[in-house]
Amino acid sequence: MSRVVHIASNTFREAVRDRVLYNLVAFAVLLSGAAILVGQISIDIERLVVVNLGLTAVSLFGVVIAIFIGIGLVSKEIEKRTLYTVLSRPVRRWEFIVGKFFGLTGTLVVNTVCMAIGVFAALLYVSHKFQASDRWILVALYFIVLQFLILCSLTLLFSSFSSPLLSAVFAFSLFVIGSFAEDLRGFAGMSHGLTQGLATGAAYLVPNFSALNVIGQVAHEQAISGRLIAYNTGYALAYSAMAICGAVLIFERRNLK
Amino acid sequence: MSGSRKVTVAASILLLLSLASSVLLLRRVDQVRSHATLEEVLYFSSPKWIKRMSLGYDGLLADIYWTRAVQYFGSRHVAHATDYKLLAPLLEITTALDPKLIVAYQFGANFVAPKPPEGAGMPDKAVALVEYGIRNNPDNWKLYYELGFIYYYMDPPEHAKAAEAFDRGTKVPNAHPFLRVLAAQMAQHAGEIQTARMLWQAAYATTQDDLIRKNAVTHLRALKVDEDITGLEKMVATYQEQTGMLPASFNALVGAGMLLGVPVDPNGKPYQLMFDGSIELRTPEDFPFVEKGLPPGYKPGPPKLH
Amino acid sequence: MFAIETINLEKTYAVGFWRKKPRVALRPLNLAVEEGEVFGFLGPNGAGKTTTLKLLMGLVLPTGGTARILGKSINEAEVKAQIGFLPEQPYFYDYLTAKELLEYYARLSGVEPKERTGKIDAMLQRVGLAQAILHDPKVVFLDEPMSGLDPTGRREVRDLMEELKQQGKTVFFSTHILSDAEALCDRVAVIHRGELRGIGRVAELTASVAGKVEMIWNGNAVPAGFSGLGAECHISGDTIRAALPEAQQEAALEILRRERLRLISLTPVRSSLEEYYLQKVNSAAKPAGVAQ
Repeated sequence: MSRVVHIASNTFREAVRDRVLYNLVAFAVLLSGAAILVGQISIDIERLVVVNLGLTAVSLFGVVIAIFIGIGLVSKEIEKRTLYTVLSRPVRRWEFIVGKFFGLTGTLVVNTVCMAIGVFAALLYVSHKFQASDRWILVALYFIVLQFLILCSLTLLFSSFSSPLLSAVFAFSLFVIGSFAEDLRGFAGMSHGLTQGLATGAAYLVPNFSALNVIGQVAHEQAISGRLIAYNTGYALAYSAMAICGAVLIFERRNLK
Repeated sequence: MSGSRKVTVAASILLLLSLASSVLLLRRVDQVRSHATLEEVLYFSSPKWIKRMSLGYDGLLADIYWTRAVQYFGSRHVAHATDYKLLAPLLEITTALDPKLIVAYQFGANFVAPKPPEGAGMPDKAVALVEYGIRNNPDNWKLYYELGFIYYYMDPPEHAKAAEAFDRGTKVPNAHPFLRVLAAQMAQHAGEIQTARMLWQAAYATTQDDLIRKNAVTHLRALKVDEDITGLEKMVATYQEQTGMLPASFNALVGAGMLLGVPVDPNGKPYQLMFDGSIELRTPEDFPFVEKGLPPGYKPGPPKLH
Repeated sequence: MFAIETINLEKTYAVGFWRKKPRVALRPLNLAVEEGEVFGFLGPNGAGKTTTLKLLMGLVLPTGGTARILGKSINEAEVKAQIGFLPEQPYFYDYLTAKELLEYYARLSGVEPKERTGKIDAMLQRVGLAQAILHDPKVVFLDEPMSGLDPTGRREVRDLMEELKQQGKTVFFSTHILSDAEALCDRVAVIHRGELRGIGRVAELTASVAGKVEMIWNGNAVPAGFSGLGAECHISGDTIRAALPEAQQEAALEILRRERLRLISLTPVRSSLEEYYLQKVNSAAKPAGVAQ
C-alpha cells in the first residue's frame, strides 16, 4: 500500500513542478480579479458575477489542468521509458494506476483550494462580509472537486491505452457531453425503438456532470439539498471506481514495447 | 491463482459493481434534481444574454432548449400538473436562439395561452412570443394563424383581434387561401361551433408536432360531442312540444322519426337520456374540453392527450 | 535452483490492423542461468535480446511458456525485490534531482533510502546502474549497459560488473560488443532472429586452437622461407604477425635468427568469441536444445 502512496506523491511532485500548472493558476487568479471589475460595472449584481465567474473559472481551469496533466500520466511514461525501471520493481501494475490517480486528484484538490481562496477573497471584497448563504459556495466547490474526480479517472482510463492527443480529445468530448447528460436522458426518453435503447445506454454511461454543476443556483443563494450531496458523492465515487477499474484491466494486459 | 489473475478478477467484479451503483445513484440524483436545470432558466433575465454566451452554437442550444421545453410540458402534463410557469421562458429562450423555429411559436400558441390545466395560462406572453416570431418571419402565414388562434381562445375571447390577425395573414404571399375563409368566418360567425371546428382543423393541419395535433384532435372530438348533444337536446324539446311529454328513451325519438338509431358518442358509446330530458355522456372523462353533456357537479379532470 | 530459468518462453506479436500478420519476436526459449554466474546474451540488433529481457521483467506478456527467477514465477511481484533492471538507453524523470530519483526507486523497492546513501551518486549514466543495484538484488539484468558510454564509462561499468560478480550476484546482460562479453562472462548465449543459436562457456569457446602459434616480430617484409611453412602473415607498420602450425615453430624461429629479426612475442592462437558468434549467426537456424 505504501507503494501507492509513493507513486501518488511522486505524481503530485511532477504536477507541481510542471510549469504549465503555474500559468493556468495565474490565469485563473487574474480572471477572478476581472470578475470584481465586471461586477462593478453592473451594479447590484457584483456578488452574482463574482460567484458565477469565479466558480466557472475554477471549474473550467481545473478541467483543463486535469486533462493536460492526466493525458500524459501513462503514455508519457511509456514513451519516455521511465516506466520500465518502475515496473521492474515489486510494484504491481494496479498500484501504479491507483497511485497516479490519487496523485492527480490530489494536485487538483490543492489547486482548487488555492483558487477558491481567491474567489472568497474577491467575494469578501465586493460584499464586505460573509453571509450564511455563502456556505453553499463550499458545496458548489465540493461538487466541482467531484467533477475532477470523475474527469481524472477518465483521462487515466484513456491514457492507459491511447496517445496523449486522442486521450485529450476523448476526455474533453466526454466533459462536454456529460454537461448535457440530463438533456441526453431526456432525449432518450422521447425516442423510440433501437434509438431509444442506444441513447439510454449512452445517457447512463456518460458522466453526469450536469448534476454536479450548481453554480447558477449557488450564485442565486439557493440551498442545495443534503440528499443531492449524498447521492452525487456516491455517484462520483462509483463512476470513478468504474473508470479506474477499466484502466487497471487495460493496463494489466498491456505490452510495453 | 497468480497475482495478475487475481487483480483481473477483482477489478472486473469491482467494475461491474460500480457500474451498477453509478446507474442506480444516477437515477436517484435525477429524482432529486427534477427540474433544477430548467429552473435555472428563470435566472436569465434576458434571453439575449444566453444568445451572447452561446458562442455561436445557437442552433444546437436552441434544439436543446426546445427539447427541454417539450419534455417539461409533456412530463408535467402526464403528472397532471396545474402550472407550467417555465414553459414561456423556455420557449422565449428557444426562439431567441433560433428565431426561425416555427414549431416553437406554434407550441406557445397552443400551450402557453390556454388556462391551466391545459396550458400555462399566459395569453399575453403567448401573444408577445408569436409577434416576435412574426417580426422574424414576416413571410410565414402560419404565424398569423397562430396569433388569431390565441386571440380567439382568450377569456373573454377577442374575436375582433383574431379576425384582424387572420386578415394580416391573408396579405402574405403564398398564404393558404383557407386563411381568407377563416378571416371572414371570424368576422361574422365568431361564436359558432363551426368556427371553432375550422380553427382546430387548421391547427391540426398547419403543424407536424405530435402534441399539438393530439390537442387539436381532442378539441375536435369535444366539439363533436357538443354539437351532438345540442342537436339531441333540441330534438327532445321538439318532442316535448309535440307530445307534451319527455321521451322515455331514445327509442321514442326513433319512433317519432327523429333518429335512425341510438346515438353514440365519438367513441361509440351511447349517449344517455336523463329523466329531465337532458343528454349526458356515459364516460365524460374520455372527452376533455366538452362543455355539454356533463353530469351536474362534474368537475373535469386534467386533459389527457392520448 | 537456477537464478534465471525460461521454459519455452516465447513472444509473437499480432501486427497489422486486422491482426492477421503475426511477427515472431522470440521463438520458444529454454535457458538456465546458475546463481553467481555472469551470463552474456549476444546477438545483432533486432535479434530479440530486449524482448527477452522485457519478458523476464514482466513488461511484456509472453504468448507461451514460463520463466522463473530464483525459483519463483516472474508473475509474483515479490520476486522483483530481488532483481535490478537497467533498460537500454534509459531516461529518467526530468523533474526530479538524481538524489530524489534514487530515493523514489529505493522506496518502491521497499528499502529506506537512508540505508543506501553510499550508492546514491550524481551522474545520469551511473544513476541508471545505481537504481538497478541500490537495493542489493541477487540477480541483476542489464540491457546494453555499455551503450553510449565513453571508454572511461565503459571501464567503470566493467569494474562494477566484476564487483557484482565478486559479491556472488548473478548478472544477465545483453550486448553486441563481443570483447566485453569475452572479458566478463562465464557463459554466453547467441540469439538471432528470435531464436537461440548457441550457448557455451567462454573458456571452452575461446580455447586454444590445437597446433597453432602466433609470432610477432619487427620487420618490413615477410622473409623468404616463411611461405613454405604454411603461415598466414599480416603486415602493419613495422610489425609483422604470422600464424603457423606449431610443428613449424622451430623452423620459423631459425629463419628469424638468420635474418637477425627481433621477436616480439610467440603465443598459442586462441579462437575468438567473434568467430563463434559469426558462425552461429550465419548458420541456418536449428534448435539449440535445452541449455546447460
